[in-house]
Amino acid sequence: MFGYLGKRALHSVVSVLGLLVLVFFLTRLTGDPSYLFLPLDATPQAREAFSALHGFDQPLYIQFFNYLGDLLHLDFGESLRQNRSAMEVALEAFPQTLKLAVMAIFLAGALALVVGSLAAAKPGSLFDRFASLVSLAGASAPDFWVAIVGILVFAVSLDLLPTSGTGSAAHWIMPIGVLMLRPFGLLVQVVRGTMIGALSSPYVKTARAKGVRRQKIIFSHALRNSLLPVITVAGDLATSLVNGAVVVESVFGWPGIGKLMIDAIIQRDFAVVQSTVLVTACAIFILNIAIDILYAVLDPRIRYQTS
Amino acid sequence: MTGPILEVRGLTVDFLSDRDPVRAVSAVDFHVSHAETLCILGESGSGKSVSTSAIMGLIDTPPGDIVAGRMFFEGRDLATMTEEERRDINGRKIAMIFQDPLAYLNPVHSIGRQIAEVFETHGVASGADAKRRVVDLLRRVGIPDPENRVDQYPHQFSGGQRQRVMIAMAIALQPSVIIADEPTTALDVSVQAQILDLLRDLQAEYGMALILITHDLEVAASMADRVMVMKGGQIVEEGEARTVFTRPQHEYTQKLLSALPHADDTDRHRRSATVAGEPILKVENIVKRYTMSTGLFGAAKHVHAVNDISFQVNRGETVGIVGESGSGKSSVARILLRLNEPTSGRALYKGDDIFRMNERELLKLRRKMQMVFQDPYGSMNPRMDVRSIISEPLRIHRDILPKAQWNDRVVELLELVGLKAEHANRHIHQFSGGQRQRIAIARALASDPELIVCDEAVSALDVSIQAQVIDLLADLRTRLGLSYIFITHDLPIVRHFADRIIVMKQGEIVEQGTTQALFANPQHSYTRSLLNATPHPKWETGAASQLSVRVS
Repeated sequence: MFGYLGKRALHSVVSVLGLLVLVFFLTRLTGDPSYLFLPLDATPQAREAFSALHGFDQPLYIQFFNYLGDLLHLDFGESLRQNRSAMEVALEAFPQTLKLAVMAIFLAGALALVVGSLAAAKPGSLFDRFASLVSLAGASAPDFWVAIVGILVFAVSLDLLPTSGTGSAAHWIMPIGVLMLRPFGLLVQVVRGTMIGALSSPYVKTARAKGVRRQKIIFSHALRNSLLPVITVAGDLATSLVNGAVVVESVFGWPGIGKLMIDAIIQRDFAVVQSTVLVTACAIFILNIAIDILYAVLDPRIRYQTS
Repeated sequence: MTGPILEVRGLTVDFLSDRDPVRAVSAVDFHVSHAETLCILGESGSGKSVSTSAIMGLIDTPPGDIVAGRMFFEGRDLATMTEEERRDINGRKIAMIFQDPLAYLNPVHSIGRQIAEVFETHGVASGADAKRRVVDLLRRVGIPDPENRVDQYPHQFSGGQRQRVMIAMAIALQPSVIIADEPTTALDVSVQAQILDLLRDLQAEYGMALILITHDLEVAASMADRVMVMKGGQIVEEGEARTVFTRPQHEYTQKLLSALPHADDTDRHRRSATVAGEPILKVENIVKRYTMSTGLFGAAKHVHAVNDISFQVNRGETVGIVGESGSGKSSVARILLRLNEPTSGRALYKGDDIFRMNERELLKLRRKMQMVFQDPYGSMNPRMDVRSIISEPLRIHRDILPKAQWNDRVVELLELVGLKAEHANRHIHQFSGGQRQRIAIARALASDPELIVCDEAVSALDVSIQAQVIDLLADLRTRLGLSYIFITHDLPIVRHFADRIIVMKQGEIVEQGTTQALFANPQHSYTRSLLNATPHPKWETGAASQLSVRVS
């Protein structure tokens, strides 16, 4: 198991390095930051001084090697906008995103397990058809649209919930609701499909021949086996929530890493962009390891292969 | 004499499909008594599994529907019982053993937990007491070191051991009836004999009634007191095992029994009549070694899938490669066709080393060397019609035939393998297993090959169909001057078909020789065990469960 984890870590370091190269050069394609940070009528001399101060006057490859050198000393650069360590800015925003993502994925997963299992217990029933309809709608509705309509209905018209920002518990409801929608819809489909398969599987037949009660068959035999593909999909969705809450965070003004990233890109705050990418990449790496471990816990066949 | 423990009268089961309901079982009567073995014999789709699933209440409704019939267990009508009463009988009074223990055991629960579940479900024992009983059971069914193995998972056991676990689960509460549905079909012959022995011993010990469902005539003969032959959902013949096997009344039973290879019938030889010609394939010392890494820093382990194999195939000759699963027989085939690369060795096809050929030379070779696989459904594209499937080799090797003549050639090939011209427009799912294998053979013949490698080509087919396909292959060999490498786990099949036989075990050749010599005088103990493993009729051995050598 640890040999396997070591191998995974090594692979991840390689891909994170590749990602850093890409992000470093791509952000610098967006243009010269001095046009955004200095007044429009700033003199060319002032612009040069600004560039020299932040090292933007040097050739790109020198800038890159300096950046790599600084990384080795755990120096991730300064935020131009906030005048403090870029990593500090990113790490401050990240927990906000994480809280949102964890709650959304757990709620979506739990709900999907119940709804999907009930739908699979009687395929073709009224409940099954209703669940399929709702989950399909949830999976295919674009989140920005749902978010805006949500604000219009619940905040503007009904005045039940705040439009954006943080603070009270009410502030969490809409962002989580919108974020949950897609994972919930997809997971219901996956749970339903794998449960139908599991319930007609040979080992369920064996359990029935042993005289095991139906309830125990569903939860102890079928659901346990169905969890494996569900976790794969849920892990994938969780990954996209950790780095992809950009739209929802922007619409609801949520001070998470997605909003920070998009703001930093617009403001050409290079060090912050790089730091947010690094933080989300590490988070995704840890998430993937956690999924692998969960997999091994649930499936003895995987435990056996990797030990 | 007491009455039967289990009695089924007029059982009729329909399966609902999109159109009309399909009758799976029609007015079936049978019964079984204390310490008696009833064998239900039939080919796939004959309704033999459905009949017994109904007893356990394992038919899903829908799609299944018990239209008529009554089932009595110890005189009580199963249909009038509540769900809870039926559930109580399952596992306690009537237990079931299934065909494929890997699929029928839950992969994520330890075997100990799965066996203990029988005790817990029926409130007999739980916790440490249940575990102690499970260990005793595992010891009884012959699992070595049961104290440690009880916490292991199904994938950590061999196929034979898994079936022993399944049997342990079935006998846990000493039921009065055990239904065994093809219990040895997924197992190697030598393991099959052990499992059948175990079932016989347990029956003698506990006196349970045994309903054994099988398509294997030899298994049925070796186990049955009474035999019931099913075809198309109906019973065609029923009676004492000895009577049915020695004096079959129904035409279908006679046909089935004639497919059984007998040691003494010399008129059924399908071996090539002509003297074999010049050598076309010479295999010299091929080795295939797999390196298994055991983690990041673990030492590498070498596994020999194929170790130092040499043999020769002559024109017009059939070489049978026989071995159990894991013996490396299929690896040899895959290496010869360059689907896998060997670690070392040479294979000379008419003097040219196959392993040194480049892409162009290989393409040329594949015209002359074709393959027929075990599963014709899996090895043919379901979206292509038969015409496209058979003409595909012509599309790849453009120089064989101009496109205008492809249609005629497809028709010719279809007729050659005993199918009709109008079959060309159909798709593969519209054919039976035997017909599919004929199509696979037609495809292999399209490029005018000289050598065809058949990898378990008839193993997935019913016995009577097996004989037909082998007859076809033998006929084609004479008409087209073909050579075959015929790979199988079933020694009796090649007896009348192969000229020479190679016996493989754990990647090595343990014995090779002409078919007559090998059957008459097997040298290696493994070959003898393969021959002995073919079960002997129960009425000839009496009550004793000895297995005698079929070969005199």
